[in-house]
Amino acid sequence: MRHLVSIDDLTAHDLHGLLDLAASFADVQAREVRKVPALRGKTIVLAFFEDSTRTRTSFDLAARRLSADVINFSAGSSSLKKGESLRDTIETIDAMGVDAIVVRHGSSGVPLTIQQWTDAAIVNAGDGWHQHPTQALLDSFTISQRLGSLEGKKIALCGDILHSRVARSNVAAFSKLGADVVLIGPRTMLPPNLDGWAAKVEPDLDAVLPDLDVAYFLRIQKERMAESLIPSEREYRARFGLTEERAAMLSPDALIMHPGPMNRGIEIDPVVADDPRAVVLDQVANGIPVRMAVLYSVLGPGQFDGVDSGANEGVDL
Amino acid sequence: MSTTAIKGGLVLDQTGERSGDVLVDDATGLIIEVGADLSGDVDLDASGCTVVPGFVDLHADLGQPGHEAAETIESGSRAAALGGYTAVVAMPATEPCADSATVVADVLAAAATALCDIKPAGTISLGREGNELAPRGELSDLGVRLFSDQGQGVQDAGFMRRALQYAGSIATGDGAPLVVAQQGSEAALARSGVMHEGEWSSRLGLAGSPAEAEELMVMRDLSLVRMTGVGMHFQQLSTARSVELIREAKASGLPVTAEVSPHHLSLTHVACASYDPRFRLDPPLRTQGDVDALREGLVDGTIDVIATAHSPHVPDAKERPFDQAPPGTVGLETALAVTLTDLDVGLAGLVPLLSWQPAAIAGLTEQHGRPIEAGSPANLAVVDPAHQWAVKGTELASRASNTAFEGRTLTGKVRHTIHHGVAVVADFQATR
Repeated sequence: MRHLVSIDDLTAHDLHGLLDLAASFADVQAREVRKVPALRGKTIVLAFFEDSTRTRTSFDLAARRLSADVINFSAGSSSLKKGESLRDTIETIDAMGVDAIVVRHGSSGVPLTIQQWTDAAIVNAGDGWHQHPTQALLDSFTISQRLGSLEGKKIALCGDILHSRVARSNVAAFSKLGADVVLIGPRTMLPPNLDGWAAKVEPDLDAVLPDLDVAYFLRIQKERMAESLIPSEREYRARFGLTEERAAMLSPDALIMHPGPMNRGIEIDPVVADDPRAVVLDQVANGIPVRMAVLYSVLGPGQFDGVDSGANEGVDL
Repeated sequence: MSTTAIKGGLVLDQTGERSGDVLVDDATGLIIEVGADLSGDVDLDASGCTVVPGFVDLHADLGQPGHEAAETIESGSRAAALGGYTAVVAMPATEPCADSATVVADVLAAAATALCDIKPAGTISLGREGNELAPRGELSDLGVRLFSDQGQGVQDAGFMRRALQYAGSIATGDGAPLVVAQQGSEAALARSGVMHEGEWSSRLGLAGSPAEAEELMVMRDLSLVRMTGVGMHFQQLSTARSVELIREAKASGLPVTAEVSPHHLSLTHVACASYDPRFRLDPPLRTQGDVDALREGLVDGTIDVIATAHSPHVPDAKERPFDQAPPGTVGLETALAVTLTDLDVGLAGLVPLLSWQPAAIAGLTEQHGRPIEAGSPANLAVVDPAHQWAVKGTELASRASNTAFEGRTLTGKVRHTIHHGVAVVADFQATR
């Protein structure tokens, strides 16, 4: 795997390979010394053109636990504020000799666009409304960990699908791993056209809740209120939020997921966020081994390209 | 003073096709004779080529004033000449925009040394803001015939009504009417869309602009044409329903004309999957169904003109992320080749759309798009319909290199261009 831009670029085989590799890194996380020398001598730049705390911290820890050198570069403190172009920024980073650029950008497509200006491996840490592939991997990992696998599982993604990179990458990943994916949300927050999506729209949240293995709630961004996509947060909660009443309709074995940060009291009620079925903190914790697996796959010896390739042989766990 | 003979080609114009040499005079700028075995002081080989009336572009941004880093009237006119154009209507979205006699006079001054005739267009409203009428009477005294606010067009229906009414009351010296042109979309519906709203915008996570945003504006403007009785030119149609609306309007006798760009006849929104800002266009690239409908509209006469929408941008601007890059592609040098390659109407089907039909709308029929005969102005393009070439943005004469056809191999190229009797392009090269 040379880059990781989109889940659409991966096969089910690739996904299983990455999740297996993540599982071996998760074992490392349970040890007293959590660091392995797998990427010693490699330099990874975290280029975050859009603010992010949890994803950047997670990548940072993942890179350090692989013994890579990490450079943080964020838009707020960079020359971008002085008007430097994206191309100049990437070429400047490239000129310093880096092995991978982990990029987060507010515009869809940037992880693809910048490949023409650098030889470094590109890992997408979220681009616009397009993709957030490591989120999809850590979510898949979390579901597999709890439920054994995604095969045949019924998963609902609920909320603002239209503006969500998490939704786009999760639909692709969950469906490739065999899950049955449904989308639920107000029509103003659903994509205008779902041709080519391995998911179907379900109009009634309450009707599907009892059948779900995973109920995945997306964050409602405050700026969507200004666009009048929904009348009010109160009405959104009443129709599409995971209230206590709805949580009671879920199976006792179902998982409640959220990519964070949660708006408690809007898409998820405060009490429900602390329900034992809620695996939000597992998702956060699993981000680290999953991102270790991704970084190792694009930079490690022999570069990982599937479970049967023997690429794991080089890793000193 | 010298004469030039274009030898060994076919001659194609509104009177039909025949073989013949064409002798032109650079002193009078006229065709001296069309016949067999003519010779001039200079001979240009046209064997295997077709001599046609020079092309007229109704829609080109030439950058000057204000965007000279991307294009100047000189570089834009060179690109035009290489594309076979002998006249170009220069769009008014310059900086400052062409909403005053001063700016138009500056454009005309710069145009004096251009490689083709430059006909400035003016804005409909001051500052293209859609609030106050631009002084179109004054501008028409300088020869301006076509008026457009470009961009999202005039949003206020009441203002557009007055703009049409007032245009209908301006008498021009040559009797040609003022042309109110609109490339519009209903802004509240188009919102911040950066590509066609549909399957691909949904998949790519890019904000879409629905076809209906354009169609609503076409519907509204057709209602205003019906209401005021003043005609209108519809720029850059891009949807199947827009074509249908214009077809119905023409059938009911409304005085309307319409144009389409080569890129909307050739490319679809699938191109945006690369996130390459070269495909960020306005109106956006749409579906194959729209492309097919636009092609039908050309064939049945619903669409009158192929107009380039030449839109040069500095490289820096087109290296931004897709949603932040300015829309547009250059087009003057590729319009003929793209349409000849991708449409199956042949040169005889394209020349009316590229030459005398746009000349009529722009009020340029005295000099351009004339039958090729003795005494006609010598504004000609000599097309080699078999010449294959690969498009490379950086090799175009335009200062800008943002072509949506980068890397495409096209068939057909203009070999010579004669502007008022002078060969401004000879053997695929500009002569100055």
